[in-house]
Amino acid sequence: MDHAAAAHAADPAHLDTSTGLDSRKMAFWTFIGSECVLFGGLIATYMAYKGNSLTGPYPHDTVLPDGTVSPGMLDIPLTSLSTFILLMSSLAMVLALAAVQRNNRKGAIIWLGTTALLGSIFLGFQVYEFTHFWTHGLTLSTNLFGSTFYTLTGFHGAHVLVGVIYLLTLMVLAIKGRLGPEKSLNVELAGLYWHFVDVVWIVIFPLVYLIP
Amino acid sequence: MSSETREIMHDQHTHPGNAVYVKIGVVLTILTAIEIAAYYVEDQLGGIAAPLILVLSAAKFILVVLFYMHLKYDSRAFTGIFLFPFTLGVLVIVSLILLYHVLHPLR
Repeated sequence: MDHAAAAHAADPAHLDTSTGLDSRKMAFWTFIGSECVLFGGLIATYMAYKGNSLTGPYPHDTVLPDGTVSPGMLDIPLTSLSTFILLMSSLAMVLALAAVQRNNRKGAIIWLGTTALLGSIFLGFQVYEFTHFWTHGLTLSTNLFGSTFYTLTGFHGAHVLVGVIYLLTLMVLAIKGRLGPEKSLNVELAGLYWHFVDVVWIVIFPLVYLIP
Repeated sequence: MSSETREIMHDQHTHPGNAVYVKIGVVLTILTAIEIAAYYVEDQLGGIAAPLILVLSAAKFILVVLFYMHLKYDSRAFTGIFLFPFTLGVLVIVSLILLYHVLHPLR
């Protein structure tokens, strides 16, 4: 028995690669690692300039030198709701993966659709927030808060948008009956991307919204 | 045995069931609720509000990565591939906070 055959006999999950691991999954984790550095840079920039805007509007209620209070721009109840929606989309995503692995086509369609819908609702909240801020005088060039806030949350929103398109593509494949258990890795990789987008928001939400 | 068949066997043997996923979802919801509550009672909590919110956020991050991204059940090679750049990202964040808010505050 050669080495590969022996490895298969000992561990049926062993794959025919030099590492014994799936190359696509390895590549995807490497991509996620590179995204960690990207968002690390964006979050670091936001944090470096946090609280250093010389002019308003400010993210949180701020006492000005003349004693008046400038009301904060951030809407915590609204963003808390959108945070909850994104968290629940991650739950829907793992349920979609489990459905595909169990060859439950109807379940896969429902949960992939639910994940994409929840992601779209999150994006809707973000569009509302951006529009509200813009009409109240906070643009990309207004102050340091505006520049760093739109850049950080805008990059995250763009990732959510890509994720929604990715999920809808998988849902169409499931509807056409082309997403069986043999294709479960495709859904798992989409899930890795989606959960990463979620964990980035888990970091952004407290740093930008909850900690003044 | 084809690689796809082995892949299915691998997934079915190593991933948790729906009950675990739902339990994690409930825990994530509770942790988020505590985070938001900590924001609203910040004055009563004093100096521990921000560290508390950060610890809760870290707990949520770990739960999602371990259970939803399956790092708890997958090869440790994936954990290493993720943790190395993640640590670099955290170091960049901490370094810039120290630089701009402790060593050389802008205001």
